[in-house]
Amino acid sequence: MAHSDSVKASVPSYLKEAQMIKQGAEARVYRGKFLGRSVIIKERFPKLYRHPEVDEKLTRRRTTQEVRSILRCRRAGINAPVVYFVDYTTHCIFLEDIIHSVTVKDHIASAQASEQNPQDLQTLADKIGETLAQMHDEDVIHGDLTTSNMLLVSGAEDQNMKLVLIDFGLSYISALPEDKGVDLYVLEKAFLSTHPKTETLFERLLKSYTASSKKSPAVIKKLDEVRLRGRKRSMVG
Amino acid sequence: MRRTFPHEEAFSKAILAVVMVLQPASVRSNMTVVIGFEGSANKIGVGIIRDGEVLSNPRRTYITPPGQGFLPGETAKHHRSVILTVLQEALDEAGLKAEDIDCVAYTKGPGMGAPLVTVAIVARTVAQLWGKPLLGVNHCIGHIEMGRLITNAQNPTVLYVSGGNTQVIAYSERRYRIFGETIDIAVGNCLDRFARVIKISNDPSPGYNIEQMAKKGTKYIELPYTVKGMDVSFSGILSYIEDAAHKMLSTSQCTPEDLCFSLQETVFAMLVEITERAMAHCGSQEVLIVGGVGCNLRLQEMMGVMCKERGARLFATDESFCIDNGAMIAQAGWEMFCSGHVTELSDSWITQRYRTDEVEVTWRD
Repeated sequence: MAHSDSVKASVPSYLKEAQMIKQGAEARVYRGKFLGRSVIIKERFPKLYRHPEVDEKLTRRRTTQEVRSILRCRRAGINAPVVYFVDYTTHCIFLEDIIHSVTVKDHIASAQASEQNPQDLQTLADKIGETLAQMHDEDVIHGDLTTSNMLLVSGAEDQNMKLVLIDFGLSYISALPEDKGVDLYVLEKAFLSTHPKTETLFERLLKSYTASSKKSPAVIKKLDEVRLRGRKRSMVG
Repeated sequence: MRRTFPHEEAFSKAILAVVMVLQPASVRSNMTVVIGFEGSANKIGVGIIRDGEVLSNPRRTYITPPGQGFLPGETAKHHRSVILTVLQEALDEAGLKAEDIDCVAYTKGPGMGAPLVTVAIVARTVAQLWGKPLLGVNHCIGHIEMGRLITNAQNPTVLYVSGGNTQVIAYSERRYRIFGETIDIAVGNCLDRFARVIKISNDPSPGYNIEQMAKKGTKYIELPYTVKGMDVSFSGILSYIEDAAHKMLSTSQCTPEDLCFSLQETVFAMLVEITERAMAHCGSQEVLIVGGVGCNLRLQEMMGVMCKERGARLFATDESFCIDNGAMIAQAGWEMFCSGHVTELSDSWITQRYRTDEVEVTWRD
């Protein structure tokens, strides 16, 4: 299509106009303008340490998987940013800018620091469990669940808190309880290593997940198995 | 719960007989000297450290024929046959006598049962004979402390990769915390088992020979790439490449060198990726690679490129310290001993499973 061709040709110019807000391990994230809206542009740049073929295949796969998983979530009513445009030559994704939001990581950190309103965190844990249950019921495996990859959009009250999942770069589609269990395991590890003394909060999250998901028993069973694996593995050498 | 291994008693008596000969005159010294015994896998090493100086570090490796891995019983047998010679070498090279030793450190775990017991017996016997305190050391922490000593890295993100372990570790609040790890087999195990499939020599080590062959590989074969968050998985790529080896080599679609090359490029990229993620998470500017697989120059090269892009520094050691050795146990033992740790005889058992984060790192803030 002529329009998308012209946009494709000028993707680098969009990047030049945009403001880089973060350079992660995987991608550079910019804030810019696209078709009159504020957007987040996620640019997966080539990793020079990788063999070029490994790099190209991996980067393309991750871009595709990210977009597919976001669309699948959105279709199921789970909050994720809108995808406006994808360019497969520069591996750029143009996403909705979720304004007036904080990462769950920052929210928990400040809530713990100020020591007020523990109920707030309980509700948050419930909400996260619910959302992940919905996502897993859609057979979407996020692949990189951390509290930095969940955004809280400020609403009027906590009851209306809107949780948005982002960063689907390592995601894929799978119905296997094993994969869902590993997904939760990744979150558990990230959660507990980033936020000290939150074991009970995470327990509540899992309870909410179990209650909300139709397929949860098998998943929790796998989670328990994966947790033991680290401990039981014979470490030689 | 202590399993008794065959020949334990007879072996203890044999050691007593030989070690009796090593009693000699004392040498006055105010510094802390620790001797370390390591034999959790197929390498048996005895090393001596005096206040951060490596005085000696002899080692022997049990090498099996191509296509075979090493089994616990036979490995233990090998260690039994050489350990006293290596012990004597360690003392001779350091120019020390038993009286000069302040502490006897040994690998408490993790590792293979029979070899660990063999080494622990010698350590216990020697400690009692010489009247020195005993210290059970975590093997992984041995690698980390040696890496820190040799490279002087301040607070690095550590990539510990060997035949038995694959972990990304960062120090925080008195623990070496595991940020990412393999959810199934270690990367070295993947490489070693692949070497067996294509019958590469295990001398000096399968990983070394894969590295040399990889240098001659030219064709990149696409292999599964599995990173899950901060963790990695190697069993998938291993079964894939074992299968591919049979199919592709028989139809001459590629050479074994190409497979070695492709395997390295893929698994090392996975390791660099999880290390980078941990660095981004912790805000770290230093990387330290330890463990046998850390000897691999291609891995060091790739990690170096990643570090350069981020403005971080890479630290690595040479094969005398990357590969399992006695001095690393001595060094970790030295740190522990100087901060007041001692292992009572009744606690001096060994364990095949010993998580890096189980140890309280009292010697660092």
